[in-house]
This record gives sequence, structure tokens and C-alpha cells, in this order.
Amino acid sequence: MSELRQIAFYGKGGIGKSTTSQNTLAALAELGQRILIVGCDPKADSTRLILHSKNQDTILHLAAEAGSVEDLEVEDVMKVGYKNIRCVESGGPEPGVGCAGRGVITSINFLEENGAYEGIDYVSYDVLGDVVCGGFAMPIRENKAQEIYIVMSGEMMAMYAANNISKGILKYANSGGVRLGGLVCNERQTDLELELAEALAAKLGTTLIHFVPRDNVVQHAELRRMTVIEYAPKSKQADEYRTLAKKIHENKGNGVIPTPITMDELEDLLMQFGIMKREDESVVGKAAEEAVLCV
Amino acid sequence: MSLTTPAAENSQEASARNRQLIEEVLKTYPEKAVKKRSKHLGVFEEGKPDCGVKSNIKSLPGVMTIRGCAYAGSKGVVWGPIKDMIHISHGPVGCGQYSWASRRNYYIGTTGIDTFVTMQFTTDFQERDIVFGGDKKLAKALDELQDLFPLNKGITIQSECPIGLIGDDIEAVAKTKTKEFEGKTIVPVRCEGFRGVSQSLGHHIANDSIRDWVLDKTAGKEPEWVSTPYDVAIIGDYNIGGDAWSSRILLEEMGLRVVAQWSGDGTIKELERTPKVKLNILHCYRSMNYISRHMEEKFGIPWVEYNFFGPTKIEESLRKIASHFDDKIKEGAERVIAKYRSMADAVIEKFRPRLAGKKVMLFVGGLRPRHVIGAYEDLGMEVIGTGYEFGHNDDYQRTSHDVKDGTLIYDDVTGYEFEKFVEKLEPDLVGSGIKEKYVFQKMGVPFRQMHSWDYSGPYHGYDGFAIFARDMDMAINSPVWALTKAPWKKD
Repeated sequence: MSELRQIAFYGKGGIGKSTTSQNTLAALAELGQRILIVGCDPKADSTRLILHSKNQDTILHLAAEAGSVEDLEVEDVMKVGYKNIRCVESGGPEPGVGCAGRGVITSINFLEENGAYEGIDYVSYDVLGDVVCGGFAMPIRENKAQEIYIVMSGEMMAMYAANNISKGILKYANSGGVRLGGLVCNERQTDLELELAEALAAKLGTTLIHFVPRDNVVQHAELRRMTVIEYAPKSKQADEYRTLAKKIHENKGNGVIPTPITMDELEDLLMQFGIMKREDESVVGKAAEEAVLCV
Repeated sequence: MSLTTPAAENSQEASARNRQLIEEVLKTYPEKAVKKRSKHLGVFEEGKPDCGVKSNIKSLPGVMTIRGCAYAGSKGVVWGPIKDMIHISHGPVGCGQYSWASRRNYYIGTTGIDTFVTMQFTTDFQERDIVFGGDKKLAKALDELQDLFPLNKGITIQSECPIGLIGDDIEAVAKTKTKEFEGKTIVPVRCEGFRGVSQSLGHHIANDSIRDWVLDKTAGKEPEWVSTPYDVAIIGDYNIGGDAWSSRILLEEMGLRVVAQWSGDGTIKELERTPKVKLNILHCYRSMNYISRHMEEKFGIPWVEYNFFGPTKIEESLRKIASHFDDKIKEGAERVIAKYRSMADAVIEKFRPRLAGKKVMLFVGGLRPRHVIGAYEDLGMEVIGTGYEFGHNDDYQRTSHDVKDGTLIYDDVTGYEFEKFVEKLEPDLVGSGIKEKYVFQKMGVPFRQMHSWDYSGPYHGYDGFAIFARDMDMAINSPVWALTKAPWKKD
């Protein structure tokens, strides 16, 4: 048995992490890899395309019903979906109460202690958009995910988020073995998106591992709670995900310790690509109408 | 005692020695720690308005501080002694478990039926309560309390650290349950342990919760009792070993009517009726000045600080309290003073010869580092060093009236500093808490617990002074101290 690959997908909320990760993992499954998905988002939507379900019963929900997490068995929480991909969702409280971060920690410890990682080639963590507290950094700590793939786009906030996540990785890179595997750009059709993504990757000391073009077939598949790999296996988009899967598979051991940049450097980068105007302090804080008058 | 040299010379020597001692002790620390700790150590200079030390500042990481937390200040000190309310520790089991059984706040009642001080109540958080929030569990716990202890007169919710982190809405639970329990007082207290630098903030938070959830609620309502011009409330006496009782009798004998005790042996009704008193008399300034000031502002009730340790301070205090009333009370105060003087003299006559000239070092909480000095002096003893766990600058200002020139002052003393100071100054008695007790006793230094009175008390009032004197004598003159050196060791 080959060594277990532990990967994680991070990125700004709404960027398409769950869609990208599930499609990629489905493609990896096609390659014969045995996969476990660990959803680390209280919304519990990291496995729906694999399981064709709205959302699966989560570890924390079941634990609360049973009394405590010690009362659960792995079989209770694990579902098997497309191509035998195993799925668990950590789950968490409803918005506004409790501590979702502690929930992630509880769930991951439970899975490890109960042998959920045995007999698989890949475990993939799909994590909430912002690493808001220590709990959501759990997957990048020691002995957890070794390679992080950051899903981003050419939008400014997505790039901010990618940079921030790199800071998180850097923090744990020296104490544990976590590395940045690369950036995955999920096309938003912004100006000079590919070039900008490549430039950011270079600044962070990593590579743009794949540029996933926008395609409506993803929407069609999602509405059917399916991955593109399963819904339209012959489509061009399915091949894109297969390419990404292959690149990730071949990327083993090529992760880097990222070199996150300062806010100023990031803005400089946007200026270089003409996204932001140099020294254009006049537009800061101006509404669209006012700004026009200023020009 | 004719051996004493003139005071001026003495204190100059003491000052110089103490300054040198501070320097020596600080040498052990790294540079940054020296800079910080040096501001908390000082020598009192006659005529200065304070003790020249900084206070109420975060303790240094790495040192052994003697301080507690905000939860301790609220649950353990202010709220805990209110006997007919149930105080539930909201969070994991440890905080409630380790503060179980009170600070020796004596009370009258049938525990488990109509009073609850020495019982432990907790929501006993589990992992799922952290993740999903503890509101539901708290609501259920309140229902159970109401079922199991129907004679409780109210409930306080004492927040432990996790509550502030996960954002439990304890105020909403309190309001809902107040309605369900037909208007029962339920007080949510945001006294999470990580707040502030010591238990001091917990006192303040607890005071504020009394203001917002007890006094505000009853303000404007017609009192159910007839007030008199002589009604007073004892504020900041926690009835440790019966302190409030031995104080109360003196006030009553001088003609005052004590209608409330905050909070030793106190009840919710007593809190509620306090806005109608004529004078609040405040013993522990540190823990209850907040509510006293509030009642002054809102209800126009003056407050006066007093000190019932030792006959000198008691006499002074009785007259000070009486000065707020008419001649009847002033005469009453003189009557009380006269009545007890012979008893106090007898105590002094018996113990002073055994204790005179003995040196004491203190380290206590927020009041006693200054308040007990007079009692020691009545017995001819001398306090050569003192400091507060959680005092503020206003406490050190007040201390300046009680300490002598050259007294060593140590704020938030560390375990190391205290040990070294005692080693070098060789006092005949150390008065501090349980954590310090065995360290010093093993060094061969007599020790008394000045938080809990070491299973003894009361120490307040004339009755208390007799016990205080006996206890100090017992500690210092115990034959055991002659036996602490191994007979084969020579030095």
C-alpha cells in the first residue's frame, strides 16, 4: 500500500472549494485511488456531489444525539458514494451558537482514534473559507494534511484570502510538516486572471497547479447533486478536473513553505496588472458616482 | 520595652535595608522582569500619599502569583455567601468543584432546604456543550434546580471561561426562566475567569450584576417593611468564621438597626431592601465600593468605611459611624466602647507581654493588608512588610495611614520574592493564605491564614479580637518552633 496522502482544500468562501475538490477527488477515484473526504465546514456541504444527498448526518450531530463522540463508531458516521469514495462530515452548531472550531477538532480526533484512515490512499479535508480560529487550522497542524491546495480566482478578495491562508500554513510549517501544494485558479473571468494567478503563485513561492476554466456544465451537474466526472464524463470540463487530479497525484512531495507577502506587496501586484491604479488615492472611499466626477 | 531605639533612626535603617533587599531579590529575574517587577516593590516613605508601588497590573508569565480569577471574585467572594440563592457554575465541572464549600462564610439555615452556600451546582459542560452551545443545558439545569430546591429565593449564573468564548446567551436564558418561574430573580454574571488581571474585576462585575439585576428590578417598588432613621447595611463583610455576627452586635448595641448583610449570611431580600437604609457601612472597600458608590449616586445613601480589627480601630470606627447619626447613637457608641474596654484591656494585658515586639509580614487580598495592622499594634506587634494580591492604587493610598515609615511593600508578590523577603527579614509571624502556609511553616516561621482565619474566627469586633490575640499567640509561642532544627545540626 502506498503511503497515505493527506491533502486539504482551503480558499475564500464561495470560491468553489467544495465543487473543485469533489470533482478532483472523483477524478482521482477514477484513477483507482481510495479516498476519504472529511468535510470541516458546519454547513456540511463537502460531500453532497459524491453522495447525491442534500447533506449527510454529521459526526457532531450524531454525537450530540448519542450523548458524546465516544458513543459513536466510524460506521455510524461514514457514508460511501461515487466510486467507493468514503465521506464524513464534521458538522457543527447552527450559526450564532457554540464553537464550530472546537467541533472540527473533536471530529478529526475521533476519526483518527477510530481508524478511519486505514485502507485508503487519500484523505482530503475541505475546510471553511476563512481560518477564523485555531479549530479551522486543525487540518494543517502536525500529522494532519501535508499538502494544501488553495482554491482562488483573479478577484482581489480571493487573492487576499490565498495570501492569508499561506500565512497560516507558514505558521505551522516549521512545527509540523505542512506544505503548500499549489494554487488552483477557479476562473471568474476577471481581467488578466491567468497571468495574475501565476504572478501571485510566484510571489508565494509556489506554482499555479491548474487553471480551471468556467463552464456551465458544472452548474448542471451541481443541480443534480453530481460531479461533472459522473454527470458528463465525456465533457471537456471533466477532462480539466482529470488533469488537475493527475497533477495533484504527481505533485507528491513537491510542496513548499509559502512566502506570504504584505498587504502593500499584494496591492503592488494588482497595480502591476492594472487592476488597481498606482497612487490613485483619489478613488479610495469614493462611491461610483463621486468617483466619476473626480476623473 | 526600653530596648527600642528612637523611631526615626530605626525607620531609616529599615528603609535602607529594605531597598537593598529589593535590589538583591530582583537580581534573579531576567532584565525585562526586573523592569516590570521593580515597579511593584517599594518602601513606604512617611508623608507620601501612597506606597509608591504600581498595582492592578497583569502578573508576569513564569512567576508564581498568588492571585485568583474573575470567577473567583464573583462566585467565591461576592455572590457565593448569599445563602438563600443557588449559585450555579456554568461551564466545565472543575471551577465549581474546586471552589466547593465556600470561604468559611458562616450562615444560619438548613443547607439543601432553604440555604445552599456549601453546596456545589454546575452545568458540567461536556464537549458537545462547547460545540453546540450550553444554553439549552443551562435552561434544563435551572428547571431542575427549581424542582429539586423549591425554596430557593433566586439563582445566579456564574460564567466560567468557555462561556465567554462560545458566546452562550445566558441573559436570554435568565429572562425566560424568570418569567417561567413567576418573577424569580435570576442573575446572569459575566465573570469569565480570563477577564481582567485578578479576582478584582470579578468583584466589580458581580457588583454591577447586583445593580442591574437586583436593585434596578426593585427600584420604585413600595417597601414591604417600615424603615427607621437608624437602619444601616453592613457592606463587604463575608462572615468568615462569623465576622459579621461579632460586628453586628456592636452596631445593634449602639442603637442601629442592621437590616442587611452583604454578603456573609445574607439573603436576596437583604440586598433588595438596602436602597432604603440611611447609611451603608463598608468593611471591604475593594470588593464592594462599586455598589456603595452606586447606591450613593442613585439613592443618595452615604457610605462610610470602617475597621473592626482590634480595639483602637473599633473605637475609632464606632465613633465614625455614629457621627452620621443623632446624639442617641453617638451616646450609644460611647456606651459600647465603655462596656467593652475592660474586656479589650484584659485581652491586651494577657497577650501583650507574650507578643510585644514581635514582627509580622502580611500578604492578603484587598483589605486586610492594611486593616489588621491596628489589631497587631494593639498587641504591641509591628507589621514590617505588607502587600495586596489584587489591591488598586486607592488601596495603597489608604494603606499609607496604617503603615510606618520604612515598611516593605510588595504588590502581587511572587512566590520567590515572598520567600526571599521572609528569609532575610526573619519576621516572627507571616500572615497570608493557604498556598503560602506550608512554605513558611516548613521554613520554621510561624504562620496564620489571614483569609480564612485558619479554621478559627471571628476576628472582627471585640469578641473577634480576643480570638485573634489567642490565635497569634498560639502560632508564635507554640513550643514546636523550638524543635524545628535537627539536634545534630550546628549553625
